[in-house]
Amino acid sequence: MPDSTPERLNIQPQQPAGKMVGVDVGGTFTDLILIDPTGGLRIAKVPTTVQNQAYGVMSAIEKTGAHLADIASIVHGTTTTTNALLERKIATCGLITTRGFRDILELGRRTRPKPYGLIGSFEPLIARENRLEVAERTDAYGHILTPLDEEGVRNAARALLDQGVEALVIHFLHAYANPAHERRAAEIVREIWPNPYVTIGSDILSEFREYERGTTASVNAAIQPVLDRYIRRLTDELSGKGYANELLVMQGNGGTVSARIVAEAAVNTVMSGPASGVMAAAYTARLAGYPEVITYDMGGTSSDVGLILGGVPAVSAELELEYALPIHVPMVDVHTIGAGGGSLARIDEAGLLQVGPESAGATPGPICYGRGGARPTITDANLALGRLNPAGLLAVDAPVSIDDVKRAISEQVGDKLGLDTDQAAAAILAIGNMKMANAIRMVSLARGHDPRDFALFAFGGAGPLHAVALARELAIPKVLIPARPGITNALGCVVADLRHDYVNTVNTPLAAVDMDQVATILREQVAAGRETIAREGTEIEEITVLHDADMQFQGQTHILTIPVPGPDVGREYLEDAFAKAYWERFEVELPEIRPVLVNLHTAVIGRRPAVPLTALIDKAQQAATPAEAVTARRAVWFAEGDWQETPIYRREKLPLGGRFEGPAIVEQLDTTIVIEPNCAVDVDDLGNLIVTVRSI
Amino acid sequence: MSIETAEQAQDIILDPVTLTVIQAGLQQVCNEMDLAFQRAAFSPVISETLDRSDGIYHRETGELIAQGETGLPVFVGTMQFSTQAVIARARNPQPGDVYIVNDPYMGGTHLMDVKFVRPFFYKGALYAWLANTGHWPDFGGMVPGGFSAKATEVEQEGLRLPPVKLFKQGVIDEEILSIIFSNIRIADQRIGDVKAQAAALMVGDKRLTALLDRYGADVVDAAIAELKSRAEQQMRAKIATIPDGTYEGTAYVDSDGVVDEPLKIAMQVRKEGSDLHFDMAGSSPPCQGPMNSVLATTKSSIYLAMKHIFPDVPINAGTFAPLHIADPDGTFLYAKYPRPVSGCAAEVSQRIAEAVFDAIAQAIPDRLFGAPAGTSGNFALGGHDPDTGKNYVLYLISGGGYGGSLEVDGLSNGCSTIGISKTTPLEVVEQRYPILFEEYSLAEGSGGAGKHRGGFGINYKVRIARGQARASFVMDHGRTGPNGAQGGEEGGRNAVRIRYADGRVYDPPHLSKDQDIRISEGDSVEVTTPGGGGYGNPLERDPDAVMHDIQRGYYDAPEAERRFAVALTADGALDIARTASLRAERRTA
Repeated sequence: MPDSTPERLNIQPQQPAGKMVGVDVGGTFTDLILIDPTGGLRIAKVPTTVQNQAYGVMSAIEKTGAHLADIASIVHGTTTTTNALLERKIATCGLITTRGFRDILELGRRTRPKPYGLIGSFEPLIARENRLEVAERTDAYGHILTPLDEEGVRNAARALLDQGVEALVIHFLHAYANPAHERRAAEIVREIWPNPYVTIGSDILSEFREYERGTTASVNAAIQPVLDRYIRRLTDELSGKGYANELLVMQGNGGTVSARIVAEAAVNTVMSGPASGVMAAAYTARLAGYPEVITYDMGGTSSDVGLILGGVPAVSAELELEYALPIHVPMVDVHTIGAGGGSLARIDEAGLLQVGPESAGATPGPICYGRGGARPTITDANLALGRLNPAGLLAVDAPVSIDDVKRAISEQVGDKLGLDTDQAAAAILAIGNMKMANAIRMVSLARGHDPRDFALFAFGGAGPLHAVALARELAIPKVLIPARPGITNALGCVVADLRHDYVNTVNTPLAAVDMDQVATILREQVAAGRETIAREGTEIEEITVLHDADMQFQGQTHILTIPVPGPDVGREYLEDAFAKAYWERFEVELPEIRPVLVNLHTAVIGRRPAVPLTALIDKAQQAATPAEAVTARRAVWFAEGDWQETPIYRREKLPLGGRFEGPAIVEQLDTTIVIEPNCAVDVDDLGNLIVTVRSI
Repeated sequence: MSIETAEQAQDIILDPVTLTVIQAGLQQVCNEMDLAFQRAAFSPVISETLDRSDGIYHRETGELIAQGETGLPVFVGTMQFSTQAVIARARNPQPGDVYIVNDPYMGGTHLMDVKFVRPFFYKGALYAWLANTGHWPDFGGMVPGGFSAKATEVEQEGLRLPPVKLFKQGVIDEEILSIIFSNIRIADQRIGDVKAQAAALMVGDKRLTALLDRYGADVVDAAIAELKSRAEQQMRAKIATIPDGTYEGTAYVDSDGVVDEPLKIAMQVRKEGSDLHFDMAGSSPPCQGPMNSVLATTKSSIYLAMKHIFPDVPINAGTFAPLHIADPDGTFLYAKYPRPVSGCAAEVSQRIAEAVFDAIAQAIPDRLFGAPAGTSGNFALGGHDPDTGKNYVLYLISGGGYGGSLEVDGLSNGCSTIGISKTTPLEVVEQRYPILFEEYSLAEGSGGAGKHRGGFGINYKVRIARGQARASFVMDHGRTGPNGAQGGEEGGRNAVRIRYADGRVYDPPHLSKDQDIRISEGDSVEVTTPGGGGYGNPLERDPDAVMHDIQRGYYDAPEAERRFAVALTADGALDIARTASLRAERRTA
């Protein structure tokens, strides 16, 4: 668990917090949650407006009926930048770089998209004709070998402007070791550049690896104008309707940043959607008493898996958004696996049943959506087995019958395997669950953790449908399902803190590290964070600082991250902590080899006022006992015991402190929860369901 | 005991769910071994460039049962051969034993690929073998890094180990270890790799035990047998899409490094029913230099070529059953002791795959592509850094262009055909070694012309910043470029040049292979890697795509006119009329 150094700020006692709004724009829906600390919760769900997400945001706010003038804070999670990147709807960018190296961004690190198959394509974010070189060179130790050709920089900038470039990246070799040339070049460029879109590579990421650093900087430049324009439109709309307070934007590191400065490091907003879900999970699970959590957000085509350690989401700086597109700024470590409700079942050429990675997506989607899908998916199997309510079929545009769904499963899967319909649907589910469980296992193992030491936190529309079965597969003892699984991302916006991350490369054997320099770097990183938070002017209660060190043994390339208690950390502490962490991860001791201190990382977190989760539940609706929350019974298929007449609980009727046993189905507006047989459910004080998964 | 289990297995009826679950379970055991090995390894060749592989092998036959999904492709077939070599020689294997072997003639590749093989016991009986391979940065021999260009016998290439027990019931044999460490360079970090490689097999042991506990040894046995036959069925279904007939493919290795003559690979592929027969009888005889291939590597190269053509077939012993490879006796593709072989895994293997692509491209051109660059670009620099007072071995690899294909142009700077390894960042190389890069750029013009052109190779230039060093190269495609397909042109060729500080220039006589070139401060090494072969007639390339290539600087205007018959007006726009007439002229010519 990371040590923290909480430092109380001199802040005047707060007035009672006002209404808080979290609004998360997802691929399909824009979700909004409004929490009124004096009581009351409002939720709105509207379709995402793809061209300009601001319309959807505004209509979600309108739907709550709240007056913008009464709202104290709005935190916004947006997919604007992620979508812009994935769809390549980005600004025209240019690059000024070290002579001899303009093609680094196109050549990458000699890869191909998949281990097998030699056909593939790659387009760099910055076209070759917009990548220009200037004479300059710094070596690996930060010594300047060739002075910067300042006139060359000026000429290159002019040429790029003439070529129609809007956003510029300045990226020089070894700038992490000495940023002098990059900074000077930026000064020169800014004299003539007509807009603020000039990205200095080492400012975004002061870490070695030229392709990754340069690509991260290019991503920043490519989305900076896009984000800037979008945020301006949104703030104009909001203030036009009377909103007088600060707009905060979610970042991929799980923290928020003021809209006024968000575009400076636009790259930090990539992956902010998944991050906000994990933030909400961390917040909820911490309050519920589960500091070690694996989060599982299952959607239509894919699922996101995250790790929470000691109540804090794991952060990583090694995202590869897609093939050859690394983004190495610190982000909540969310791993996307290619399985979701829409994953298709098929019989492969070997006659084996496979589920995914092919997906029916949102269109046509599963057969039961009635949008023309004809191939069975995981969702269809859930329906055929009664795990999803067949009555839900009527709610779609062009309803299909449960018999249509069953017939497709039978014809496309059952007949080919000699299974009846139930067995075939059960097989789809079993294999889908097994694939998801294996992927979750790989995600946690790759980060050095055994899933059995965690609780599984399930959210998203489909997560709770599979969570208990997955936990059993993974030998995870507890499953936590929050009160409102469908709006977890929006909740994450409300509970997230301000957060800024800094990294500096040291890359020196620990024995030779100047520990005074370590203290200086860490203090400077803290100072930078405090200054940024001060500039934001957002209301906070305290500032928390987390330090980590990336370490490795001499000669290794992989790193292990070790929590650092504070700037004045001693050499022996680092040495011992690293040896211990290494043993825990690999069960290998290597006294023969010297450790190296690679990077120093600081997160400066401004804690925002706490949000009462009790607002998420409505005690007025609760029954006196769980038994009274049972509103129906239906036959549901379970791996243990086949078809069973199963009680259907209404989630909002379940009383706090109530306890019941599986098999059971819990239904609520935004999801369905399957409780497998031989599992017990407790409803905790915050309305979370805590499922105890007994092995069978 | 084990035979009994196999007989019992006959009676077990597997439901389809269990079969898929066990398939994924076995895969998962291997993936977890891959992960454990890669995360804990020291050699950047293993941890960063993933030059390693882990698998599960049959207790009696040594046949492949499952292999990690991110394993190095060239190890696909070889590890079952080396496991078979261990089985043949293992006396009284015990739980916790780990054999080490790198003998190329016993199912190996080159000496640097070190295999660990561990008997896996379940409830007291031998159930399977777990094995992994890792490329060690050095295993002794006449050149640092082991890629000799001039060895004439295997003893010059490094230390050769037959299967010996490095771990006896879990305890490392310090005596054997000391022999190894006394014979290799930069031995001090290798203890980390030894422990990582052994620990990965231990992870496999634990996970396979858990799988057997859950499903039962006899059920898993039955599933393994069934999965083998299903994989074979799947491979046969793919092969059936190839029209019956005999197809000839050719590829050339520049030279063996000692005798300056090309080596020919003559690949005859005969398709009959759902079987493929590979015959390399017309290939060159064994060579003096280190470009001989051992049989395991030759076969594995054919396997991986087929896997590149049909990427979605799972890998186990059944996958290879319909591929019949006649032993290429009397050729350099079946090397026997003491022929030197250090070039086989990295270079000859890629030429063999290229010959397979060349043959099958005639049969099913829609699925194939122009030849990829097909060289690992091995460049080793062993020297002394006066600043640190230490010796070092720098080992660089490089990529090149891939071939064009039916729908798209080739990828630039793709990884070698047999690898999945990333190159080390230049900044990391400069941190660790006394060298400076002066250039790392796209090799303009190197993409072979075609309707869909090949991808581009790279140019790089490295200068010695301090001290003395010896440079060695094992690359290829210096004499001929990668083949085009369906009328596409060949890709650009590999080139190596030493530029001395005093202005002299040295081009290796064998073009792509040389060793022990003495260089010192201020001297530089320049390398250009091959581009990919083009696909389809260059005259059919969309003129707008050619204009786009010109704008990017991939080809200049005269080159575009010469290679694609696309003409520009005086102000640089597409000259539609002249392009049309040029193309018409060329077509009739």
